[in-house]
Amino acid sequence: MDMSRATFEKGPAVSQDKTIKMASKDVTVHYGQKQALNGISLDIKERQVTALIGPSGCGKSTYLRCLNRMNDTIDTAKVDGKILLDGENIYDPDLDVVELRARVGMVFQKPNPFPKSIWENVAYGPKIHGLAKNKDQLEEIVHTSLKRAGLYKEVKDRLDEPGTGLSGGQQQRLCIARAIAVSPEVILMDEPCSALDPIATATVEELIDELKQNFTIVIVTHSMQQAARVSQVTAMFHLGDLAEVGATEKMFSNPDDKRTQDYITGRFG
Amino acid sequence: MSTSIIILIVLLVGAVGGYAAYQRGRQLRIERGMRPHSRPIYHASYVLSWAWVPSLLLLGTWLIASPILNEIQIRNAFPEDAVAEAGLTDDLAYGIVESIGVGLRSLPEDERDQIDEDTPIEDALPLFRQYGVAIASASQDWMLPLAIESNIWSTVSRWAMTIVVVLFAAGGAFYGYRNIRTRLRARNKVEKVVNVTLIVASSIAIMTTVGIVFSMLFESADFFSRVSAWEFFFGTTWEPRFSAAGSGGETGQFGLIPLLAGTLYIGAVAMAVAVPIGLFAAIYMAEYADNRTRSVAKPLLEVLAGIPTIVYGFFALVTVGPFFRDLSAQISGLLTGNYSAFIQAQSVLTAGCVMGIMLIPFVSSLSDDIITSVPRSLRDGSLGLGATRSETVKRVILPAALPGIVSALLLTASRAIGETMIVVLAAGVAANLTINPFEAMTTITVKIVQQLTGDLEFTSPQTLVAFALGITLFVITLCLNVYALYIVRKYKEQYE
Repeated sequence: MDMSRATFEKGPAVSQDKTIKMASKDVTVHYGQKQALNGISLDIKERQVTALIGPSGCGKSTYLRCLNRMNDTIDTAKVDGKILLDGENIYDPDLDVVELRARVGMVFQKPNPFPKSIWENVAYGPKIHGLAKNKDQLEEIVHTSLKRAGLYKEVKDRLDEPGTGLSGGQQQRLCIARAIAVSPEVILMDEPCSALDPIATATVEELIDELKQNFTIVIVTHSMQQAARVSQVTAMFHLGDLAEVGATEKMFSNPDDKRTQDYITGRFG
Repeated sequence: MSTSIIILIVLLVGAVGGYAAYQRGRQLRIERGMRPHSRPIYHASYVLSWAWVPSLLLLGTWLIASPILNEIQIRNAFPEDAVAEAGLTDDLAYGIVESIGVGLRSLPEDERDQIDEDTPIEDALPLFRQYGVAIASASQDWMLPLAIESNIWSTVSRWAMTIVVVLFAAGGAFYGYRNIRTRLRARNKVEKVVNVTLIVASSIAIMTTVGIVFSMLFESADFFSRVSAWEFFFGTTWEPRFSAAGSGGETGQFGLIPLLAGTLYIGAVAMAVAVPIGLFAAIYMAEYADNRTRSVAKPLLEVLAGIPTIVYGFFALVTVGPFFRDLSAQISGLLTGNYSAFIQAQSVLTAGCVMGIMLIPFVSSLSDDIITSVPRSLRDGSLGLGATRSETVKRVILPAALPGIVSALLLTASRAIGETMIVVLAAGVAANLTINPFEAMTTITVKIVQQLTGDLEFTSPQTLVAFALGITLFVITLCLNVYALYIVRKYKEQYE
């Protein structure tokens, strides 16, 4: 564990030549009368981890939920602007939300396994999207997803036990397995470690670091250290504005924006 | 002095004591570096409890015990053999003495003075009648002095009670007041009073239930000593023969099966109507409707629950029953050319449908609460994976809400089984045993009403059967509720 920690803290170099996976142009969000986001334009590059940081209520979770249109489930929320996924506007009226969410998966703040068996939890997504032609294929998807989420060894003998019976960290990894079982292109994570203890957090962080080889990951976090450990790009939000975005190493060593400087040195937030 | 005035005095004494305690509590000062243990309001409550609780308990006990003691005394004073000579039982004789006592009390004072222990009863009776108190003709001369004695006893007892109770209240208040000091733990003592009060309230609820069950058990035992349990539980004919009651001959047949079948059949039809509609309505309210629709539709649906069941019965009798009958006449006319109705105006179908409509708000309201209480995170999890709303409802929300929904449905079922008024009007009172839903059937509750509204004595099997039916019904609903609890517990273990 110590070894992997060490590689984390150094952080792999940011490669500049990566293509843009999701691009947002002037995204605003209103909750009823209240404006929560004031025109965010942010590019998210492929196969790396983008961290969204900022004080509570700054709009980082709201922005995250725009990326797979989860804000649609809130009656009062109204989203304006453009978000492109591979050049295609996801707020286009012709776009199928269900398909979008299969391409842009989400992991939530609190582990939320369904009250079903571990197997059923992972098989849920593939089943509803018809990803497996037969039982064997489904079985394979479940096993691969659990392996990629680093959970397989711990649960392989009790796949039919309820997912809610696992520990907090295991539950969160189960939720990650559930999300990757649909083979999404992007995975959104909303403070995935805030309900976990430090050891479970370390495991999940290692997992995120591995997943970035295959997935584009956007993670909201309150922990500056976490952002520094897992992300290559960091975006700082403040009061509904995007204060600064840049390579994580630079953001934490030499930020341009005064607000970022204040936040990461703990002056507010 | 009347009981309500005594209670008023006690309350006043307590209030005065409480006020004094409050004032004194405010003046308490820091003593040896310790600030007063309790706030003044607790001192006031402490004194209030001391004034009210013991005196009101005493009042209650006295009110119950005094008439009982009086009765024992009077009964012991009955002259030997006189009761039997007059052709009376002890109970009847005591009843007459009591009503003479009432007669005496209703006389104006000057006329009451004319009557003393030696007045023959014949002289007193016309007086009583004049003031509206009728007394049985079997009254005897020796009863008058006993009645006078009884009246004196109760007057003395009442005055004694008034004095003692008020003294208790004042004494309690005084004792409490004297106890007030800086370190008095009034706060903790008041907590104890609250605790005991709550325990008493909940035990009253439990004791009443136990009492009702026992009284039903005793009456049912009486019934089963006259009619064999085998005949009751497995008999297929319901023919209580009201006319034969009391004649000592045949007792009639009390077969439970037709009633039980009717109850379950009508209940099943009702549930078949209420469960899908109610559940779908609840799912719409909880998952699909936006806030505005929900805020209008939900109260509207719940208004249905406020309609008295007799109104539904009316609706069944006047509208739904004839509608089904005419509809069936049209259908058979179209099919066979013979316009005869195959659905009777009073039928299982009518009762079941109308009862189902009555149950819709129960199902939907209970299920709506349960579905809404499924954590939002589960919904988000499913939607976030790209599931549609209906997939989310079917695969995540309903399974998670299932134990709650099942127990809601079982609760609704016990209501369906206990329903009376709709059945009387919509399905009639004929105890048929049939599987045809277009014919009339009846239920246990309807028969209970019918057996008890005759003017028969409570000693004939015709009326006692009501208790046996009641206890059967009780056992059925009890089983349903226990099963509901069992299901809830089982699923909870699995999911938590």
